[in-house]
Amino acid sequence: MNYLPNILFAIALVIGIGYFVKNVRKLIRNIKLGKDVDVSNNKSQRLKNMINIALGQSKMVRRPVAGFLHVIVYVGFIIINIEVLEIIIDGLFGTHRIFSGIGNLYGVLIGSFEILAVLVLISVIVFWIRRNVIKLKRFWNSEMTSWPKNDANYILYFEMVLMSLFLIMNATDVSFQAMGSGNIISQHIAPLFSKIPEHTLHLIERSAWWLHILGILVFLNYLYFSKHLHILLAFPNTYYASVKPKGQLDNLESVTKEVMLMMDPNADPFAAPEEAETNEDPEKFGASDVTDLNWVQLLSAYTCTECGRCTSSCPANLTGKKLSPRKIMMDTRDRLEEVGKNIDANKGEFKDDGKQLLGDYITKEELWACTTCNACVEECPVSISPLSIIMDMRRYLVMEESAAPMELNNMMTNIENNGAPWPYNQMDRLNWKDE
Amino acid sequence: MTVKTMAEFMAEGKQPEILFWVGSAGSYDDRAKKITRAFVKLLNSANIEFAVLGAEESCTGDAAKRAGNEFLFQMQAVTNIEILNAYEIKKIVTACPHSFNTLKNEYPSLGGNYEVLHHTQYLQQLIKEGRLKVTNNSFKGKRITFHDPCYLGRANEVYEAPRELLKELGVNLVEMKRHRRTALCCGAGGAQMFKESEKGDKDVNVLRTEDALQTNPDVIATGCPYCNTMMTDGVKFKEKEADIKVLDIAELLANNQEL
Ligand code: SF4
Ligand code: SF4
Repeated sequence: MNYLPNILFAIALVIGIGYFVKNVRKLIRNIKLGKDVDVSNNKSQRLKNMINIALGQSKMVRRPVAGFLHVIVYVGFIIINIEVLEIIIDGLFGTHRIFSGIGNLYGVLIGSFEILAVLVLISVIVFWIRRNVIKLKRFWNSEMTSWPKNDANYILYFEMVLMSLFLIMNATDVSFQAMGSGNIISQHIAPLFSKIPEHTLHLIERSAWWLHILGILVFLNYLYFSKHLHILLAFPNTYYASVKPKGQLDNLESVTKEVMLMMDPNADPFAAPEEAETNEDPEKFGASDVTDLNWVQLLSAYTCTECGRCTSSCPANLTGKKLSPRKIMMDTRDRLEEVGKNIDANKGEFKDDGKQLLGDYITKEELWACTTCNACVEECPVSISPLSIIMDMRRYLVMEESAAPMELNNMMTNIENNGAPWPYNQMDRLNWKDE
Repeated sequence: MTVKTMAEFMAEGKQPEILFWVGSAGSYDDRAKKITRAFVKLLNSANIEFAVLGAEESCTGDAAKRAGNEFLFQMQAVTNIEILNAYEIKKIVTACPHSFNTLKNEYPSLGGNYEVLHHTQYLQQLIKEGRLKVTNNSFKGKRITFHDPCYLGRANEVYEAPRELLKELGVNLVEMKRHRRTALCCGAGGAQMFKESEKGDKDVNVLRTEDALQTNPDVIATGCPYCNTMMTDGVKFKEKEADIKVLDIAELLANNQEL
């Protein structure tokens, strides 16, 4: 017996999965560069969110056309991958369609896979047309430079090819066609190959089979470099996303400590600050780089699908300002990748590269254009909050660099002096009563 | 106009039913003061024992927080909480969604725990309980569109109360293309109210006013003093101020009763 195919298959599998695991490890390491944040509360609400939003795609279908097609591709892709299990067993043990022994059910299964494959193929073609022919505006904003655009198309091509290979593989499988069950679509493709001698046909079938599984392995490893990573990360991201009302911004605990000290009438104002005793650096307020963000924010940067739903509903972006919430997420991810590569290149230590998220990626002009309206958060199909990153960076600008726009400084001085954003006397607060 | 301060209630040894949090805009801004007065008229007509803090009230700190100044925000919050807790306040009603959001969501972890309602929620309650009555119908059939304030709608998912009140008035509620959770911001939130906007091709309030104008309304209704200013400016920019009024829900109710 010839074991060569089995051995080659096993090697391909080990390399494919091994490389994937290596990248997942890197991914986790990069995400952990973020600050810790307590997400242990509200477990049942979080689980519900994950089931509804990631599994149930509840937010995708708010835009019905894209949502419907996306559900098809998603369901199709997951279900068809049951077939991959059979391919792996066949590949390793040299069997052929090992599951066909289960009888009628096999026909039903493969039959539905074939139907799904066609539906996925159609949906993916429509997606391609929306992007490249109809040119929906949100796929052509300025942050959609060549790579993000190509990435999106590569994913669509991948899926087109994989689905086609699956159907060709079935159509050219003589014994499968002879079974006459489950070939609901492929029986119509089979006649195309009817003039081809059986030996060649077998060769085509084997090639399609090999390309199909190799394609899947390549696709698996492509994820890490692509916005397609969302098919995995949507789950943790929807789980760990905020469960508070959208309007609630966290109160910085480090600030609370200092405020309480300042307000405490018993505190000795001349006492040496506590930091002097511990050797710690005083805590930095807000974020100027990715490592100042928390790990959930970093996770969401990797989760972002670049769909642009956020940007297409952002009041600042809609009125021509530079701010684009999608760009905030893409910048965060790109900078995090840069930091990760820096660590890899320097034996596990980050070496200062003179760059940071603020300024080198995200400009002040973008940050100050945000109205904190939460439209981006509401729209995001995978529960990302670009707003939380914008806010952390504003905090850095104001509390570490005193770099607020002048009018805002005036507003804040007014609040400090007379308890209102305008320069009115606090004693006049009740004047409206007699006007 | 009868308005008692918390200090006065305290002196009488009494506790009001609610504290009306007026907010900075409601206290000083000429347009917003009218909303404040309209709401007070409604409270008085329903015989509600309410108090204000008067000169003891200070900015909630929302704008400072969203400008990035967490220090100033927490200083404001702690000062306000000290006063609110000293008066043993349990229930706060405010006509400003920004104060509403901050008091309700951001004060608790700093020690301020109160039941906080937006004035539209409270007015709806009063009508339901029969304490406030809608007897006239001067807005019946009028085309009115409601602009959802971000900090009432998306931020806290209060979409029904203002609409229920409009229904009470028998108006013809015409929704904008973007409404409820997809409503477009008026452009004032996140401290934008206090600064020039960044370079762009349009002002946000103008875009939102265009949304509203598409519904061909007699009145643009809001529930936020900042939205009110932004929409009023937008309507002026479009030179429509002769035909279209921008009114707070409280003003609609008060005007309807000719208070
Ligand atoms: S919260 Fe800021 S970034 Fe998000 S949609 Fe509103 S203005 Fe745009
Ligand atoms: S943040 Fe969310 S809505 Fe915005 S592009 Fe990414 S996935 Fe889409």
